[in-house]
Amino acid sequence: MSAPAIVVVGAGPAGVAAACRAAGCGRRVVLLDDNPAPGGQIWRGDRQQRWLARLADSGVEVRCGTTVSGLELPGATTILATGARELFLPFPGWTSPGVTGAGGLQALIKSGFSIAGKRVVVAGSGLLLPAVASLVRKSGGSVVLIAEQTSAMNMAAFAAALLSRPEKLAQSAEAALSLLGVPYFTRCVVESFDGGRVRLRRGNAIFECDTDYLASGFGLVPNTELAALLGCRLLAGAVEVDEFQQTTVAGVYAAGELTGIGGVEKSLVEGEIAGLAAAGAVDEARALFGRSRRARRFSAALNRAFALDGGLRALPRDETLVCRCEDVSHSRLKGLASWRQAKLHTRCGMGPCQGRVCAAAAQFLYGWNDQSPRPPVFPVPAGLLADPGSFEGEPT
Amino acid sequence: MNHSADVVIAGGGIVGAACAYECARAGLSVTVIEGAIIGGGASAAGMGHIVVMDDSEAQFNLTLLSQQLWSERVAEMTDGVEHLPCGTLWVAADEEEMAEVRRKRAFYSQRGVPVEMLDSRQLAEAEPHLRPDLAGGLLVPGDSVVYPPVAARWLLDRCGARVLTGVPIATLDDNGATLEDGSRVSGGVIVNALGAKAARLMPSIPVTPRKGHLVITDRYPGFLRHQLVELGYLKSAHSAGADSIAFNVQPRRTGQVLIGSSRQFGADHKGIDQPILSRMLRRAAEYMPRIGSLIAIRAWTGFRAATPDHLPLIGPMPGASRLWLATGHEGLGVTTALATGRLIADQITGRSSPIDAAPYLPARCIHG
Repeated sequence: MSAPAIVVVGAGPAGVAAACRAAGCGRRVVLLDDNPAPGGQIWRGDRQQRWLARLADSGVEVRCGTTVSGLELPGATTILATGARELFLPFPGWTSPGVTGAGGLQALIKSGFSIAGKRVVVAGSGLLLPAVASLVRKSGGSVVLIAEQTSAMNMAAFAAALLSRPEKLAQSAEAALSLLGVPYFTRCVVESFDGGRVRLRRGNAIFECDTDYLASGFGLVPNTELAALLGCRLLAGAVEVDEFQQTTVAGVYAAGELTGIGGVEKSLVEGEIAGLAAAGAVDEARALFGRSRRARRFSAALNRAFALDGGLRALPRDETLVCRCEDVSHSRLKGLASWRQAKLHTRCGMGPCQGRVCAAAAQFLYGWNDQSPRPPVFPVPAGLLADPGSFEGEPT
Repeated sequence: MNHSADVVIAGGGIVGAACAYECARAGLSVTVIEGAIIGGGASAAGMGHIVVMDDSEAQFNLTLLSQQLWSERVAEMTDGVEHLPCGTLWVAADEEEMAEVRRKRAFYSQRGVPVEMLDSRQLAEAEPHLRPDLAGGLLVPGDSVVYPPVAARWLLDRCGARVLTGVPIATLDDNGATLEDGSRVSGGVIVNALGAKAARLMPSIPVTPRKGHLVITDRYPGFLRHQLVELGYLKSAHSAGADSIAFNVQPRRTGQVLIGSSRQFGADHKGIDQPILSRMLRRAAEYMPRIGSLIAIRAWTGFRAATPDHLPLIGPMPGASRLWLATGHEGLGVTTALATGRLIADQITGRSSPIDAAPYLPARCIHG
């Protein structure tokens, strides 16, 4: 075992699959994650349990509670599986108490937040909305309605694509059954939220309703900061990879949501390919290309179905905040030429979240496509920046 | 599309913006060409201090004039300029450095700059997070800091100069600039204010890039009250050739703490150099032990425009008839920007200047 360790960053489905497959080739593998336990942010279910059991027996060295700075390559061979985060789009009232992300509310409920007896409007876009609504119901809350920005026609095209994926259909059916009686409006967006009153637009019709919580999320965006800091080329907001999941930087692989949003299936197969390829098991990796192509087709259909409508750009008013860390409003941003100009001239994205919340929204709202990530990827004590060796967490 | 103006300024950093500001105030029509973003080069990677320096008579005169010009404009500044009159506190670690404090006190006092000498106890009261065994310091209360990218933007907005951004300059000549898209900007006078990139278009200019690192923290209002600089700073800043670091921290109006500084020659990549960053942060923690526990949100780098004698190049380009230089400000571009603009405007219009311009003339080191 003289070969250096393969370092996997991110212990969601892609990272766990990558670590298990690389370790299965006899390589020493270190799996890093900044959460207290492996499993990722979104992934739940039986298959997760099976992969985590496999991880426990794999000999992979799991280091949770570990932050990666982005200042240098974590290992000679590195697999990035940093996942995705929720996209928030600003509308009047989006920073008010009572408004959460869709995934944010899901995480809150799973961590014990009581939603029993509360009314919830679920809005935005994507497959997460029915999943969150279903969880709200199971947890004793009532779902007032689901507002999905895409059209019924786009949804139908996607449903047709699902027919070729029986397991996806089963999941959707389960979510749908638990949502009987909940209005699911397409082409419907939240125009504003003010003190428990939600104003919505459905087509050309405006209506209002009362709610205790508004859970709003517009799908996922890849967490590309670390990859970009390490020099990997991005394409349309995702990390560019070849069919072996190799990025444009030698020795750096990427798998899962950060190569393009596509769900658990895509993450698992890409993780497996990356783990095998990084360990040199090229033929075994190649044997998975068919699965990976199917997962990518599903991903493409998903992204077409829930593509954001340009009308969403009209939601923020002049005074609506886009960057909540630095209190930067829409009016100060809308004439600017680039994300970097926004950062330098308005401080947009310069707060502790480093643009994690507002950068993707600003790109969508203003059509900017430049990125200028700066280390560290996540805020850390200055003393740790001075001594990056101390970033490493304790083996678990 | 072609433009013309009395004065064409290449470079929209703090120096180019200040040249535009002073030339416009002198009644000249001005066009500024910035290939990227206003204030986005060294201006965005500097600490933004406005400090009176004493390492030579020439530098003192330029920094003092510029500080006066800045302070006359504080009342007009927009909020985003983030002017903070925090003063500079030069920190002496031991008795040897206290001798330097006394020398500096004499220098500033003789020239009418108010200063205050602090002993060990007074230093600890002034900055409670400094380590307790320091010998003392010298407070220069008139120094201040600004946020340079917005300060540059503000100067340009204020003076009404025409600003062309987004297309880099391909060539500069006696009659104007040709941009990379083929368009032409002609002017009566052309000013090269391209900072560390000044020599790219005019290779005979003795300006070399000197890399620096910065780290900024989350908001800790009150953690720091003054800009703090170790007195070893001059030694390290001026040791030509070798890489150096020094303790230099600054409070920002946001409550953030800005941590510097480092100086490197020959480093041409923009990435972080971990060994230098580590040395810089460890040095800061030697002076302020708690600084290591503050949350750092961003580290970045930039390139100063360094000249062989550490003085800027302000004035006509030898051997050219209508080309002027305003570059080579190294780590003092924000401080000396307005005085630079004033000297350039005076020279172009034939006005007399408040200080002797001779020490900064490019002819001292460029022979046409």
